[in-house]
Amino acid sequence: MTVNGAEVAAEVEDRTLLVHFLRETAGLTATNIGCDTTSCGACTVLLDGESVKSCTVLAAQADGHDVVTAEGLAMKGAGEAGGGELHPVQRAFRSEHGLQCGFCTPGMVLASVSLLRENPRPTEEQVRMGLEGNLCRCTGYHNIVRAVLAAAGEMAAEPAEAGAEAGAEVAR
Amino acid sequence: MSILGTRVVRTEDPRLLTAGGTYTDDLRLPELAGALRVTFVRSPVAHAEITGIDAKEALDSPGVVAVLTAADADDLPPAAGRPTTEPLLATDRVRYVGEPVAIVLTEDGYQGEDAAELVSVDYTPLDAVIGMGAALAGESLLFPAAGSNVLRSGGGPAPDGAFDGCDVVVQRTFPNQRVAPVPLEVRAAAATWADGRLTLWASTQNAQQARDQVAEALGLDAAEVRVITPDVGGGFGAKIATDRDTIVVAWAARRLGQPLRWVETRNENLLGMVHGRAQQHTIRIGGTRDGRILAYHLDIVQDCGAYPRFGLFLPSLTQLMASGVYDLPYCGSSFRVVVTNTTPISAYRGAGRPEATAAIERAVDLFAAEIGQDPAEVRRRNLVPPDAFPYTTPGGAVYDTGAYPAALDKVLAAAGYPELRAEQARRRERGDAAQLGIGVSCYVEITAGDYSGGETSRLVVDGTGAATVYTGSSPHGQGHATAYAMLVTSELGIPMDRITVRHGDTDEVPRGIGTYGSRSLQLGGSAVHQAAAEVRDQARGLAAGLLEASEADLELDLSRGVWQVRGDPDTALSWAAVAGQAGPAGLAADVDFKPASPTFPFGAHVAVVEVDTETGKTTLLRHITVDDAGRVLNPVLAEGQRHGGIAQGVAQALLEEVRYDPDGNPLTSTLADYAAITATELPSFELVPMETPTTVNPLGVKGIGEAGTIGAAPAALSAVVDAVAHLGVRHIDMPATPLRVWTAIREARS
Amino acid sequence: MIPAPFSYQRAATVDEALALVSEYGDEAKFLAGGHSLLPLMKLRLAQPEVLVDLAPLRELSYIRDAAGHIAIGALTRHHDVQHSALLAQAVPLLAHAAGQVGDPQIRHRGTLGGSLAHGDPASDLPAVILALDAVMVARGPAGEREIAAADFFQGLFETALEPDELLVEVRVPKPAEAGWSFQKFTKRAIDWAIVGVAVQGSAVALVNMASTPVRAAGVEGALAAGAAPRDAAAHAADGTSPVEDINATPAYREHLARILTGRALAEAAGRAG
Repeated sequence: MTVNGAEVAAEVEDRTLLVHFLRETAGLTATNIGCDTTSCGACTVLLDGESVKSCTVLAAQADGHDVVTAEGLAMKGAGEAGGGELHPVQRAFRSEHGLQCGFCTPGMVLASVSLLRENPRPTEEQVRMGLEGNLCRCTGYHNIVRAVLAAAGEMAAEPAEAGAEAGAEVAR
Repeated sequence: MSILGTRVVRTEDPRLLTAGGTYTDDLRLPELAGALRVTFVRSPVAHAEITGIDAKEALDSPGVVAVLTAADADDLPPAAGRPTTEPLLATDRVRYVGEPVAIVLTEDGYQGEDAAELVSVDYTPLDAVIGMGAALAGESLLFPAAGSNVLRSGGGPAPDGAFDGCDVVVQRTFPNQRVAPVPLEVRAAAATWADGRLTLWASTQNAQQARDQVAEALGLDAAEVRVITPDVGGGFGAKIATDRDTIVVAWAARRLGQPLRWVETRNENLLGMVHGRAQQHTIRIGGTRDGRILAYHLDIVQDCGAYPRFGLFLPSLTQLMASGVYDLPYCGSSFRVVVTNTTPISAYRGAGRPEATAAIERAVDLFAAEIGQDPAEVRRRNLVPPDAFPYTTPGGAVYDTGAYPAALDKVLAAAGYPELRAEQARRRERGDAAQLGIGVSCYVEITAGDYSGGETSRLVVDGTGAATVYTGSSPHGQGHATAYAMLVTSELGIPMDRITVRHGDTDEVPRGIGTYGSRSLQLGGSAVHQAAAEVRDQARGLAAGLLEASEADLELDLSRGVWQVRGDPDTALSWAAVAGQAGPAGLAADVDFKPASPTFPFGAHVAVVEVDTETGKTTLLRHITVDDAGRVLNPVLAEGQRHGGIAQGVAQALLEEVRYDPDGNPLTSTLADYAAITATELPSFELVPMETPTTVNPLGVKGIGEAGTIGAAPAALSAVVDAVAHLGVRHIDMPATPLRVWTAIREARS
Repeated sequence: MIPAPFSYQRAATVDEALALVSEYGDEAKFLAGGHSLLPLMKLRLAQPEVLVDLAPLRELSYIRDAAGHIAIGALTRHHDVQHSALLAQAVPLLAHAAGQVGDPQIRHRGTLGGSLAHGDPASDLPAVILALDAVMVARGPAGEREIAAADFFQGLFETALEPDELLVEVRVPKPAEAGWSFQKFTKRAIDWAIVGVAVQGSAVALVNMASTPVRAAGVEGALAAGAAPRDAAAHAADGTSPVEDINATPAYREHLARILTGRALAEAAGRAG
């Protein structure tokens, strides 16, 4: 499969979950595991550009497809962690203090990216409904919602930038 | 202008957003290469004797290197010997579903889950003690040698005559129900034993306490143990120090001499991580018909779960804060702590204080309803007045500063209280199915309750002019790195991006207390502030020497971060130059900040709900708060703490509850069943600013981390009851689920 | 947290999928979106030894106007059902209900066929399909057959599908009666329905009131006999057998069924214009 634009191939047990494939085989640990019942959304990644819970997808099911994790979301030209340009959604999460411990954040950000792709101008209620599958225990969601709305505003103002998201993606 | 008090986005975020944090299960260190995976075998029954453990089939399972039980723990110092002492791995008895019984060590995690299923444990079931009534009745004892399920008690009934002179007395019993902390990151640990030393990576809120706890358990000196704290994905009190599961991992690493790693599943977390609250309250409140409260008594039964951990002490905090914000002629309390065959109880966001506030706020509402007066007015009539501080409560707490009437006024004004009551009246008049409820709470709480332990800070400015803070605080989302950098930059003028904050590694920070109890900014921050002042004083002397001027003629230009002769920028000396002058180690200061007392943040909340009286469903429309924790260093961080706190308080009031069936089988052991609150059940919050500084520390700050939770739960519950009060409902137990609300309406109507 | 070991097979065609399941018999299960099956397997409540992944069968993902009915391929994802312009116009009840299933991530993976074949009475879509009198098309070694919704759901997690049959299409008649409503009652938006009601015209079906989705026969009978919707709704719980769980008692479920049915009928009437 392609992960953040790079081909990753390995032989794994048939029952390997995509989230474990990403964390253990592809070595990308930003995607986290927070539950066993597809409830918390911490494992959310983009599969062919759409948010999915990678704990409930077999690695085998993602074979031949494109996966984007939080590490791959930064803008083209982004360097190592902390450098480079953040994706507008990541920028908004920072400016609005939409993260505290950070554990839910990769999944929350990717769920938000997918939400905005499908609904570029959501209302507050639509943002909350759109994130119903993502739990956060630290923020009370208040600033997460502000971040998504802020990112929506910014991305609507600069469609070219939004369209040029991470080179890892596949247009759907 | 000082950076303190301004909105500063976090320095932690770029890394967390791009690479993701490095939480314990993310570690990919050379020392952990080839680490075996630990999988626990846990009791599926609530109360039983263990009559045998057969690991043969497990040992034959692919990838299994070892199976360890308590029988293998011959290399540990003898247990404390009290009947209620909690073992590491269960010995002859299990006392709660989820209790660790054995561990399986495998080459990879998937094998561990397969093999753990094959460990065969023989259980002879015993009667499970579930519920406080069963515990108090004592027909079945968790610890026969203790002779009782009541482990601790204190206080006493109200003395005769305490309620004389009351026109009205109300008594009621209700739960402050068991909840689960649910940090998004479950418990995890990794351990190596090399060269006679244990290195333990753990998801903890205080590495130093964890080190001491592990050392004691394994019979080691503290110097033989190093604890390193990776990023921690939330704690909320449940990750204070460490617990038996992590100690078992450390023990096994030493025993096998191989690196080990462990991460639990969420199901294990909901069974094996401590739970919170679990008190039962009986309140008695009396006063005059015109709203003056004369007497209040609170009896507490604390379920501490199967083993006494911090739950044993929670009621003492509840007692301490029992009188809340009110000036009460009589306030008394009593408590008993019981064991039941459930997960142990420990500190969870507020730890004993939310319980106190929930009890008295419910009591005040019941009293107000009984005398037919507005609950906000009844509160106002009984608040400790602003000129009464420092104020000593009947429980013995000495409140430092407070402005309770002002907090109430502000929140009512921000909520538009009269308009809300008018809208409520209109809907009642019309008999709408959707009724409006308004709940008011006033609260005060104790932060840095363990102030005498203080907090440490070491500050080093090196020859490059960079500053490093070594703090005993241990952030797990609070943003201390940003806050402490702000403190250093405000004192020394070193830019934020040249300041690093280190924590959580006992080799780097051997002494420290940690982050819990809303203590960090006031203790850890004050320590940083003081260390910065000491570094500045050292630097002044060195700069004077370098510039051949007197110290009195020098100034530190904070905006440029340089020392210079006053008014002469050409003499500017960088921090690098001054620190270089101090020697190869640069400038350094070590501070152990110990204030003389704790602090008491306070506030008031208004919750506005809509209750569908046909279905019982509650929608939280608005939640308005005043949370006054003294001076606000960084409003961004303070607001975040308030938001998160409010969400957890509302969650307890409306949704969350850990439940067991009568045999002790957990009913809420997945996140599908345990109703952890999501974004769709909450509105955006309305925060009103208010700062009443404290004199207890030089920063004037109190603790904000738990305040939102303490104020929110009573307000939200009160709003639900208020929404259906006109139908005859006086009380609904938490959580006020749709079923409970519907049942209350039905019962009131019949 | 992770499933017991199994063998993963991928089918390139429907016939290949059928052949694989025939070969492995009881040990094999079809894998569509995986969001009903994989959660059970992760808890080890289901332990099939072989999974036959249907994902390559893209020809089973479609929503087509077939004159008298809308034909929906069994592998059509909830997301696509939710956002289908055709369904929004022709069968808005189904489009709306699909948008209530789980959360956005789940809807990007879960399929209509997978949800129906799973046969959970607490799921949203089985009741909707029942209210719409849809017809399920199943293909097996012996060929294709049609199964009416009324015959499809047979018990808790039990459908009329034989173990070697694959649900390939759902045929949803274009509703004769306009006016629809879907009332899903939960504590949190993400939860399964404590009780749900699907209404299309005068057809009323209930979520989570029995071991299968059920038509509210008492309500429909009362409506047919001329009762006002409000009075008809009083019969919503007739003939149901709701369970007790941590969220509700049977009496509460029965009450909710009545209230939600009344609201659904009122909303449907409003939409019928």
